Amino acid sequence: MNAPPLTWRVARLVERRAETPTARTLVLDVPGWPGHLPGQHVDVRLTAADGYQAARSYSLAAPADGERIELTVQRVPDGEVSPYLIDVWAPGDPVEVRGPVGGWFVWRAADTAPVLLVAGGSGVVPLMAMARARRAAGSRTPFRLIYSARTPEDVFYADELRRRARDDRGLDVTYVYTRAAPVRWRGEPHRIGPADVNTHGWPADLEPLCYVCGPTGFVETVADLLVGLGHQPRRVRTERFGPTG
Amino acid sequence: MSPGFQGRPRSAQPALPPGQYLTEDFPVLSAGPTPKVGPETWEFVVTTEAGAEYRWSWAEFTALPQDTPTVDIHCVTRWSKLGTTWQGVSLDVLLDGVDTGAAYALVHSYGGYSTNLPMADLRGGRAWVVHRYDGGDLPAEHGGPARLLVPHLYFWKSAKWVRGIRLGTTDEPGFWETAGYHDYGDPWREQRYAGD
Repeated sequence: MNAPPLTWRVARLVERRAETPTARTLVLDVPGWPGHLPGQHVDVRLTAADGYQAARSYSLAAPADGERIELTVQRVPDGEVSPYLIDVWAPGDPVEVRGPVGGWFVWRAADTAPVLLVAGGSGVVPLMAMARARRAAGSRTPFRLIYSARTPEDVFYADELRRRARDDRGLDVTYVYTRAAPVRWRGEPHRIGPADVNTHGWPADLEPLCYVCGPTGFVETVADLLVGLGHQPRRVRTERFGPTG
Repeated sequence: MSPGFQGRPRSAQPALPPGQYLTEDFPVLSAGPTPKVGPETWEFVVTTEAGAEYRWSWAEFTALPQDTPTVDIHCVTRWSKLGTTWQGVSLDVLLDGVDTGAAYALVHSYGGYSTNLPMADLRGGRAWVVHRYDGGDLPAEHGGPARLLVPHLYFWKSAKWVRGIRLGTTDEPGFWETAGYHDYGDPWREQRYAGD
């Protein structure tokens, strides 16, 4: 690989939006940003007054809008980086970012195979970037999103997903709630299982591309379910969240 | 400088490669479903640049002299875990008697994963094929029944579900190496991405 080195660029905060009580979407202005594919991530680096640095990786939540990028950051208790980004970072203050990173867990608009997105918790972030990129590209590739969240209050992008499920033709959105479901919800809270994936995903013979993102246990479960339902392992792309502070 | 950022107490930080932080957990990073490979079908094959094959069944592999390395591991996603204990067979043992002058190795796995590294990094007591972790059988999500262990490089080089090694005279990039990650991956020189 003779790729040019990825350089650290200075980013400044433009806007911070609340997604849930513990998660914020951050809109960053990054002069010189080279663009990215949905599903890629960035490294974010903080530098203290004494030169100490800490860096973490975050998925990009939206397609690039010129030099503007969006991250959605979940506050990690006792975390080192996420509490700063959520509570302390002020518009105008510099933070460094480096990317885009990752060439596997990405969706390309030129690929017309049906797409299944399966999100566990904050694993929805790179999948939302794909759904947004689909609309931005005017793609008619059929997408289905199955989104597992603890409760309705834990759903990221709730209003936008409601709007997209209504307006983005060919995008279906289904929720699985593990702890508490909305009132008038049919069914009980439960962990995602074969019936959810079988009913709200695609039949394996359509050879969809499947993207699964979430905590390790969730991803293991869903990836195994998909393989069990006949999907080719190579059509199942996964990204797992370890603890990132 | 990011105003208002202080970070963790400096004294709490052990000696880690640059840009890493310590974890007590053992996070999992894989690109796809976990392959399910039983020891009864598992085999390990070294293929030389001349096409010669050296094979070990599970019984043959586990009967080889065993090492129990205790090593620090460093993932490119920035976690490091210290003092992990493994059991397996040194690559020095597996390569002993293999007739090769190859400079490069392409390691491949059940499930299609691959990663490349120089032969020199597989020799000299620095690389193993391990089948036990922390006193138990290696769990499938961590690469069981057996994985490569090359702890002096970022952990994606320690291929899970290892199936074999193809030796060659040219460097052929593997899975992550063709997806933007560094060809060599030395954590102490912070070689995360291509061009670092």
